[in-house]
Amino acid sequence: MMEKRFEGRCAAPGIALGALVAMTSGAAARVASGAADTEAEALRSAIAAALADLRRMAGQADDEAAEILGFQIAFLEDDELSAPAFALIAQARAAHEAWLEAMEVEAANYKSAEDEYFRARATDIEDIGDRVLGHLTGAAAQAEVPPGAIVAAVDLTPSRFLSIDWSQGGALVLTAGSATSHVAMLARSRGIPAVVGLGVDLAELQGQGLVDAFRGVLVVNPGAAARAQFAQDALSAAADRSANHAAASRRAVTADGTPIDIRLNVADPAELDGLDPSLCDGIGLVRTELMFHGERGLPGEERQYAAYRRIAEWAEGRPVTIRTLDAGGDKPIPGLTVAGESNPFLGVRGLRLSLSRPEVFRVQLRAMARAAVHGDVKIMLPMVTLPRELAAARALLDAEVEALRAAGVPARRPSLGIMVEVPAAAIAADLFDAEFFSIGSNDLAQYVSAAGRDVDALAGLADPVQPAMLRLIGHVVSAARERGIEVSLCGDAGGDPAAIPALLRTGLRCLSMPPALVGAAKTAIAAIDLRTVDGAAR
Amino acid sequence: MSDSRHEKSALFASPSTGSVLLTNEVGLHARPSVKLTQLAKRFDANIEFALDASGPWVDAKSPVKVMRFKAAKGTTLHFRATGADAGQALAEILALVARGFEG
Repeated sequence: MMEKRFEGRCAAPGIALGALVAMTSGAAARVASGAADTEAEALRSAIAAALADLRRMAGQADDEAAEILGFQIAFLEDDELSAPAFALIAQARAAHEAWLEAMEVEAANYKSAEDEYFRARATDIEDIGDRVLGHLTGAAAQAEVPPGAIVAAVDLTPSRFLSIDWSQGGALVLTAGSATSHVAMLARSRGIPAVVGLGVDLAELQGQGLVDAFRGVLVVNPGAAARAQFAQDALSAAADRSANHAAASRRAVTADGTPIDIRLNVADPAELDGLDPSLCDGIGLVRTELMFHGERGLPGEERQYAAYRRIAEWAEGRPVTIRTLDAGGDKPIPGLTVAGESNPFLGVRGLRLSLSRPEVFRVQLRAMARAAVHGDVKIMLPMVTLPRELAAARALLDAEVEALRAAGVPARRPSLGIMVEVPAAAIAADLFDAEFFSIGSNDLAQYVSAAGRDVDALAGLADPVQPAMLRLIGHVVSAARERGIEVSLCGDAGGDPAAIPALLRTGLRCLSMPPALVGAAKTAIAAIDLRTVDGAAR
Repeated sequence: MSDSRHEKSALFASPSTGSVLLTNEVGLHARPSVKLTQLAKRFDANIEFALDASGPWVDAKSPVKVMRFKAAKGTTLHFRATGADAGQALAEILALVARGFEG
């Protein structure tokens, strides 16, 4: 077989060799039978299978999620929904085309609604449509990915990534995708090499795959020379890993003896399994919007409480900063976030969404206050713009803590801080009566540079350590010092050895990063001498 | 088929009709629509729903059709029912809407 070489961009470093497994979706893969009876039967069984999925999910979900699923079930059970599709099939259309067209018409009715709530239902219709289509095209059936595979796809959703077994390694290669997407972030966090933006037809990616994510390269059916190079790279990568592994267990101290507080970013309590808490000084960011994947939005209070408590207990008294739901932007949750925003990054996301949905927000605050009995839980609010938003959240938190106490439920009022990621909050940081600051450098960089995280071509502009960013970070650090509160940074830059020297020079002494990057970050920190001008140790 | 059934029942009794003001905040959205249709399905009667007394009328047992109206708060909902338990069906449905779909 011919060796083929494709170049993309590195989204998560590392190298891997394995069998390529293509993840297809949509109608492209389906071949219509040509007989109306057969097509109608195919659609009927796909609908039945989708209903079975939804009923199973509803049985495990609770509260909000179960209600959304219940609505989807009621719709899918109603023959009226599929009637237009069956009418098209009777006119000799293929089942998948007929279904797609019928769902587009149904969704369009909601998209045109004046009322925001009804507009958001279009997403539910699309979700129902996708689920049935998945069964129709067999995408749901081919979901099994052998451990250690090189997973190839056009793009991948975070929940799909999390459903794959990465315990035996493997890699991710995307023909489209972006290095700043959530799936890229998850790949970095799990230490899975990822190359994105390969720009080729997925059909080309078959056979054996050799991934060199450091160089952003995928070699399909590698020849002897490429394999020999891989073997050599694997040896040096193993050496780096063991050096970083050794560094990970030591405390982070610069060459001049300045201790640096290292915290972890986690999206799932399972990421902490097998990790020694002495690796870090605490958890700097728990992303709750990715924590309960497989469902929509947040589960009920009990399940949230159990998950937060598990992390608090793992940390053995170290601080655990849990961020309230950061949905919206590039993390939509059907039925919760606002659909059809012209620019979701500038829309109802983060705390803005939580304050508009207090019934969802209150449940999360209660679960956090209850978990705070089991450790040093801190609550972090995302996308804060004005001090009054912090005040509104504080009032809700205080009321919930009071209600828990009145009901005799063990609870503690966690300290309440803000993420500094909106330029308005960074510039006027001194006006926020917060108990801690955490700089969200990914979003702050995109808003400061007016360059979207989802636009890969502009990645160079949203540089988190460009002069404007460093001045702003320095300003936030000073504001925190004057208030006598803690300040940390939890964006991608915090775990990037190339960015760490500049960040420490702003006065930052606390960085939060994915567990897989701690070793490399501590190695980089040990080489920094803050007494010298350029930061490099002799 | 439903037309003939309707005509037949109409021979013995004119349809029970009623209207009620939609007062809940977000209108006839997902949960109220599902509740309404679930209640309607409990009756044998043929139950129809419209935003205007002159129609168009749709099957009140179909959540897809009921939601398509995208009825907002402050809209008057019209119902008509025919069949043995039509009166009881109409009374319960109007009561459900009137209490804001709670309970």
